[in-house]
Amino acid sequence: MERVTTSPTKARIIKVSGPLVVAEGMVKAKMYDMVRVGRMGLIGEIIEIKEDRASIQVYEETSGLGPGEPVETTLAPLSVELGPGLMSGIYDGIQRPLDIIRDKTGSYITRGITLPAVNRKKKWDFIPLVKEGDEVRTGDILGTVQETPLVIHKVLVPSGIEGEIRVIKKGRFTVTQTIAKVRTSSPPAPRLRRAGGIKEIRMLQKWPVRRERMVQKKLPPEIPLVTGQRVIDTFFPVAKGGTACIPGPFGSGKTVILHAIAAWADAQIIVYIGCGERGNEMTDVLLEFPKLKDPKTGRPLIERTIMIANTSNMPVAAREASIYTGITIAEYYRDMGYNVAVMADSTSRWAEALREISGRLEEMPGEEGYPAYLGTRVAEFYERAGRVVCQGTKNREGTLTVMGAVSPPGGDLSDPVVQATLRTVKVFWALEDRLAYMRHFPAINWLNSYSLYLDNVEAYLGKEIANDWMKLRNIAMAILQEEDSLQEIVRLVGKEALSPREQLVVETAKSIREDYLMQDAFHEIDVYAPLAKQYRMLKVILELHHSSEHALEKGVFLEKLLTLKIKEKIDRMKYIEEKNIREFDSIEKEIKREIEGLTK
Amino acid sequence: MVKEYLTISHIAGPLILVEETSGIKYGEIAEIELATKEVRRGKVLEITADKALVQLFEGTTGLNVYQSRVRFLGKGIELGVSMDLLGRIFDGLGRPIDGGPKIIPEKRIDINGNPINPTARDYPTEFIQTGISAIDGMNTLVRGQKLPIFSGAGLPHPQIAAQIARQARVLGKEEKFAVVFAAMGITFEEANYFITDFRRTGAIERAVLFVNLADDPAIERIATPRLALTCAEYLAFEKDMHVLVILTDMTNYANALREISAARKEVPGRRGYPGYMYTDLSTIYERAGRIKGKKGSITQIPILTMPEDDKTHPIPDLTGYITEGQIILSRPLHRRGVYPPIDVLPSLSRLKEKGVGKDKTREDHGDVTNQLFACYARGKEAKELAIILGEAALTELDKIYAKLSDKFEEEFVAQGGDENRSIEETLDLGWKLLTMIPTSDLKRIRDEYIKKYLKQSNQ
Ligand SMILES: Nc1ncnc2c1ncn2[C@@H]1O[C@H](COP(=O)(O)OP(=O)(O)OP(=O)(O)O)[C@@H](O)[C@H]1O
Ligand SMILES: [Mg+2]
Repeated sequence: MERVTTSPTKARIIKVSGPLVVAEGMVKAKMYDMVRVGRMGLIGEIIEIKEDRASIQVYEETSGLGPGEPVETTLAPLSVELGPGLMSGIYDGIQRPLDIIRDKTGSYITRGITLPAVNRKKKWDFIPLVKEGDEVRTGDILGTVQETPLVIHKVLVPSGIEGEIRVIKKGRFTVTQTIAKVRTSSPPAPRLRRAGGIKEIRMLQKWPVRRERMVQKKLPPEIPLVTGQRVIDTFFPVAKGGTACIPGPFGSGKTVILHAIAAWADAQIIVYIGCGERGNEMTDVLLEFPKLKDPKTGRPLIERTIMIANTSNMPVAAREASIYTGITIAEYYRDMGYNVAVMADSTSRWAEALREISGRLEEMPGEEGYPAYLGTRVAEFYERAGRVVCQGTKNREGTLTVMGAVSPPGGDLSDPVVQATLRTVKVFWALEDRLAYMRHFPAINWLNSYSLYLDNVEAYLGKEIANDWMKLRNIAMAILQEEDSLQEIVRLVGKEALSPREQLVVETAKSIREDYLMQDAFHEIDVYAPLAKQYRMLKVILELHHSSEHALEKGVFLEKLLTLKIKEKIDRMKYIEEKNIREFDSIEKEIKREIEGLTK
Repeated sequence: MVKEYLTISHIAGPLILVEETSGIKYGEIAEIELATKEVRRGKVLEITADKALVQLFEGTTGLNVYQSRVRFLGKGIELGVSMDLLGRIFDGLGRPIDGGPKIIPEKRIDINGNPINPTARDYPTEFIQTGISAIDGMNTLVRGQKLPIFSGAGLPHPQIAAQIARQARVLGKEEKFAVVFAAMGITFEEANYFITDFRRTGAIERAVLFVNLADDPAIERIATPRLALTCAEYLAFEKDMHVLVILTDMTNYANALREISAARKEVPGRRGYPGYMYTDLSTIYERAGRIKGKKGSITQIPILTMPEDDKTHPIPDLTGYITEGQIILSRPLHRRGVYPPIDVLPSLSRLKEKGVGKDKTREDHGDVTNQLFACYARGKEAKELAIILGEAALTELDKIYAKLSDKFEEEFVAQGGDENRSIEETLDLGWKLLTMIPTSDLKRIRDEYIKKYLKQSNQ
């Protein structure tokens, strides 16, 4: 059927309700197109179309907007800019650079500002890796740029381009200058025909945020993401390319853990999405990360970090977009062959934004007012994680690990967002307020949490750290589980009911909890424990346990074993620096000596 | 010329629908003139074509469809600011109620404010000494923090808030200080307690009060905290003052929000509160903080009463998810006569890590806090065990811990309503308690501090 096309200037607002605006006369509108709303030119996105009426979620505060004001479609979907210059940046939910906005408009965020996300003026030293005449295809590396001292930015052949390099340049260029020309070999796409099949390539590229970036194939994750957090790495590891969630009530430590992982995890690129949380938490990252040093290179961690900050009081629709903005940027670096980690704090706030918009669209509400498609959206988001073979001839591997905080009302795990998340993610770090009140941090419950990557990473850990890594882990876990049932007995009939061996188990479990699981994120040394140190610590605790067990069998009194002198050293072994790892040798020796002294 | 409409078609709860309008903007303010010439104010909540939905701050009682006139003013609610605000008392919509002269504003500011750019924030690190050990020692408040008091009906939160307002200071500094107080739906008596206390101590001179009482229009409460914070922002970021904002009672604010949501027939969230309550509350709480390059600061102490003392009720729950910690009051402690009845275990100050330690409070502060937390928690656990199994079931060590936890409540937490403890006094008190347990059990304190401070308090 032929439609009457009216000129786009006819599109006008007919309704304003918070972040939702309805416009009529939107004949050219496509779903998820970006639009400019009202005289202020506020940025919005089409999320529903009924005949010529489009519902638009507006990414900026809408007060002052009224019916009759014009709406302009850009005919392009909401996209992010990709290219050198992203690193160390801080952006809002739709990738507007907050630091530059501040330079322009001062301390408060005002409306109607559009600024390019990637600096157009800065020149980068482009070093080509291909020569004229080379055949390239999508995903191949054309050349590199030292984006920050920590990150080499690889300039890739953009999506849909394949052919022969006609021109490749070397030298200093801005992101909008042409660095290569490719003669497309395959029958050129219709829109390229006019350029005679020659495609000019610039460093600046765009990608629609709601579309996953393509890969050749996905592989099962096998290598752990080492976070330096003992409870995670030892007991509930997440693999590079895996997914994890961390639900918990307020104040239980979600943000502290995600910050610690962002700082210390052995990923090459970090994208931190502050999605509807506190302003000061973003400031904290901004101020701390330039000071924290990468353990390997000694460079400031900010040089590998990108931040998306759409705090709770910033426009709610942009919060909805923020996780897509973040993950698209992350995919872009993954495509270069990097190990990228994304953290989203908190996905509940994202879901609430979704709920608010859905409510204003008057959609049929599902559970707790969330839209029925909540589960699908959550799954789609986490599905963008993975260990992949990137596009391109070289079969590069890249990984994208996604970790999300979830903030259920009252800490209640039956919350729809928690449930939808648990259906998709493979690692569950269960925070518990009871532990937080006792200042047992990280307040991750060791009995309820799980990781489905244990089998995946076993081989790697066995090879890289120690053969018996998984064995030690399982023994420690068994002790913790036994303690749980023994504590039940203690609560009912008192400690006397336990046999000496059982009392020893309780004692060892206490040591595992306090000397191993507890880790102070604010202590300069304890904040990060390398795998080698984790292994030695766990080994010490279990060695003491086993030798004590033997001693018990030989008739040594339990009291003697509970008051060994070496315990004081074990209490403090978390503060041993990595470079002094030999100290563990002497602790082990002392354990032996002291216990032998008792059994003689 | 401002157009007048006589076209109200619906009145429901606090909402009216005005038809055949043109040029109306979302969020703008409306004046509704009743047949009696009384003028009320409202705000545009939604516009569909020529229909504007308006929420009336003073309610719709006495309003009728045919005789009421509506004027749209083309701007949001504004507060006229000037230094003359100090020492004055206003109603919940910012009109003077103290009999003083009208304020001649230096300028007018939209009360909704704009979000602070995260890159413009400066991290709060300056220790505020409140003189209350349970706060200073265990859940330290810092300048620019938002730290609410979670209270319950009948608990002494007004006394605690007033004591903080009276005693709060930053060590070693004399600076311009102000208190902005916003009352939402509290009783005359409670409001009067604050006003009297501010008068008694002379604090009223540098205080600004916005008062919406229990019998004042409920919807007005939506505007009250925003007026207060607009005033605070002016004093802090334009006049370099350190402003302490007390908002009480946020529970009444949230209930007003629920009332509007219900009148709009929105899909209710938990317990009938709207799904956007988190976002709405954040636009209040996130207005605390410090800004780079500005001398002043806004520290917020919102007070809320937890319905049925339930921390998981949506109001405390969503507040806790936004604020930087919480001070929780406990009814059992209150019953035992402990003032202030602060339950330190579930209380939390998230900004304390950067506000304590060497050059701020004292080097041993962090360790002492952690150790006291651990000991107190263990003592309480032991006491619970004793309730089930009897005192005899406890080991000697557990008995000591149980005793320590009692002492902690009686000597450390409890203090006088006018007692202003220095941070040294608070920490020394902590060390004194820690002498009760064997040194080998002080796992959370660095050896050097044990050597330095434990001996001292032994002497
Ligand atoms: N690993 C840790 N080491 C020391 N302290 C910790 C640790 N984790 C959490 N804490 C303490 O708990 C407080 C709350 O942690 P955090 O801000 O991460 O909670 P959250 O779960 O993100 O809460 P919300 O949902 O409200 O954002 C911190 O400010 C800190 O005092
Ligand atoms: Mg958090």
